Amino acid sequence: MRRAELVMAVVMGVFSLYLMWKSAELPIGWAEGEGPGGGFWPFWLSAGMLVCCIWIGIRWAIRASPPSRSEEPFMDRRAVKLFALNAGALTVTIGLFHVIGAYGAIPLFLIFYLRFLGRHSWTLTGLFAVLTPVVTFLFFEVALLKSLPKGYTEPLFEPIYAIVF
Amino acid sequence: MEVIQLLFDGFAVAFQPVNLALIIIGCAVGLFIGAMPGLGSVNGVAILLPVTFLVPPTGAIIFLAAIYYGAMYGGAISSIMLGIPGASTAVATTFDGRPLALQGKADKALIAAATASFVGGTISVILFTLFAPPLAEFALVFGAPEIFALMLLAFATFVGLGGDDIPKTLFSIFIGLVFGAVGLDIISGQPRLIFGDVIGFMHGINFLVLAIGIYGICEMLWTIESNKGDAMISQATMSFRSLVDSVRSLISSWKSMIMGSFLGFFVGILPAAGATPGSLMAYGTAKQLSKSPDTFGKGNIDGVVAPEAANNAASTGAMLPMLTLGIPGSPTTAILLGGIVIWGLEPGPMLFIDQQEFVWALIASLYAANFVSLLLNIALIPGFIWILKLPFTILAPIIFILCIVGGFVPTLDMHDVWLMLIFGVVGYLMRKLDYPLAPAVLAIVLGPLAEPALRQSLLMSGGEISIFFTRPIASVIMIIAIVLLLLPLYPVIKRRLRG
Repeated sequence: MRRAELVMAVVMGVFSLYLMWKSAELPIGWAEGEGPGGGFWPFWLSAGMLVCCIWIGIRWAIRASPPSRSEEPFMDRRAVKLFALNAGALTVTIGLFHVIGAYGAIPLFLIFYLRFLGRHSWTLTGLFAVLTPVVTFLFFEVALLKSLPKGYTEPLFEPIYAIVF
Repeated sequence: MEVIQLLFDGFAVAFQPVNLALIIIGCAVGLFIGAMPGLGSVNGVAILLPVTFLVPPTGAIIFLAAIYYGAMYGGAISSIMLGIPGASTAVATTFDGRPLALQGKADKALIAAATASFVGGTISVILFTLFAPPLAEFALVFGAPEIFALMLLAFATFVGLGGDDIPKTLFSIFIGLVFGAVGLDIISGQPRLIFGDVIGFMHGINFLVLAIGIYGICEMLWTIESNKGDAMISQATMSFRSLVDSVRSLISSWKSMIMGSFLGFFVGILPAAGATPGSLMAYGTAKQLSKSPDTFGKGNIDGVVAPEAANNAASTGAMLPMLTLGIPGSPTTAILLGGIVIWGLEPGPMLFIDQQEFVWALIASLYAANFVSLLLNIALIPGFIWILKLPFTILAPIIFILCIVGGFVPTLDMHDVWLMLIFGVVGYLMRKLDYPLAPAVLAIVLGPLAEPALRQSLLMSGGEISIFFTRPIASVIMIIAIVLLLLPLYPVIKRRLRG
């Protein structure tokens, strides 16, 4: 935990410097007739972030914050496994939105989660895997006219659009 | 007495069968839309505006106002049940509503939210009825310096949210404000902080992307780790007796309810402020005034009551400048204003004289919408509780899907869904190291209001910061804000002096 506290402060400190650099692409001082330049606000806020990171670093050095005093691991093996499974499944699902669209990715994610992680029956898994995309389609696409990504499955929806709209 | 007579005339119109049906349908639709992550009152009103062309203007405004009210009630449902704020107005409700649900007190939190919304809505409608024109004129006194001072006051009220670790709290506020600055510069129109010309950053970072990332993805990852992935989210139960007990226990929260109602209403009437700053300030003030501020963020009922009373009161307050001056106080009232113009009416001071039936029917319908929303909300609580009792391995993937869809819907851009995932994962890692995340969400909401106010103020004064201390209203708000900002340092200094 102690090492993670320092690593996070350093990473965020570097990120603050990057934000300051990017903010300075626009004027950070007084622009005649315009007042404070476009980079003024984000530049000084990023500088504030950097100061906070240095402050966190000082508190780490003198062991003032609870994580800087902790000898526990940042994540144990079980936590890493759960984190990797869930974050990984989400990443793959969002990636699949681009390829097979929301209505392909949502059932696959539900099957993976309900059947393989949750160990629920195939009946319950199938029920959720079918009903969730149907309800999502009816609510977002039909009622609210908000079109979700369909990827390469877009042509499959044209007959449905012809019926519904 | 004339006001009372006009109000009764308004009730006579609002209680006509068609208008009453529109109130009930509007509240139910609004409640449902408000409860959906990613959708708020603005979506509901915008989507259903064309439907109102089928009814007379009075029925139309009653219907849209009922949706607006229903959505304000509904926003609390997803905040408490799923930990995902449905809209920015419900962000503050998440802080204590979610912990209460995790402790098996979802019913208590939902009843508190519904009751506080009802009280906030009712008090604000009474204020609206009595003081509409003079209050609208007062709101016009607020220029850029006053708005910036008000934003600073909002930050000051929640600077203590992160507990004792001041640098981490300040870091969280600063990073939220920087994320709020991403996109096009409001004055020069130049792209700013678009990270390697990524087009998705051109429209800025929608607050919902950060909010769903932190309160949806991060919260779920945290819960999965804490509960070993196989626990129930809540063990709440619901009975008539528990309902009565919950309402009775709310009596001790009356101060927070009243404070939230008045604060929310007055912030709501200010142009460009609206319900979000109102609810955040109410939360911060409730914490500052509480005898046990340490319990805030861990399931303090006042942390639900104050913002819920405030956001409903502010939604009424925001209608005041819209009707009396033709200036919308929030995005939703901007759409309502558009509707009023489309229906052939002219918003402004003359509306109260030329269209008395329209105005007073609207005001009367707000009373009715408030009551209908309360009844609907309480009637549906057992259903919400049933959802919470589903096994975690069923609820978790549904919430993840709601997060993904909710992250996509506001901008219809997959870039935002990826961003939401990144915020969720990084937020989870930061949370493990005790970084408070709530201030970042609050900052990204208020940042786009604070920056133009600051820049306009400095432009007005030629770069002199003294402008915030030479205008009477701005200086009073600034001094209160500075005192509140320095307040967390008081115990530290006191401890040092003793040591």
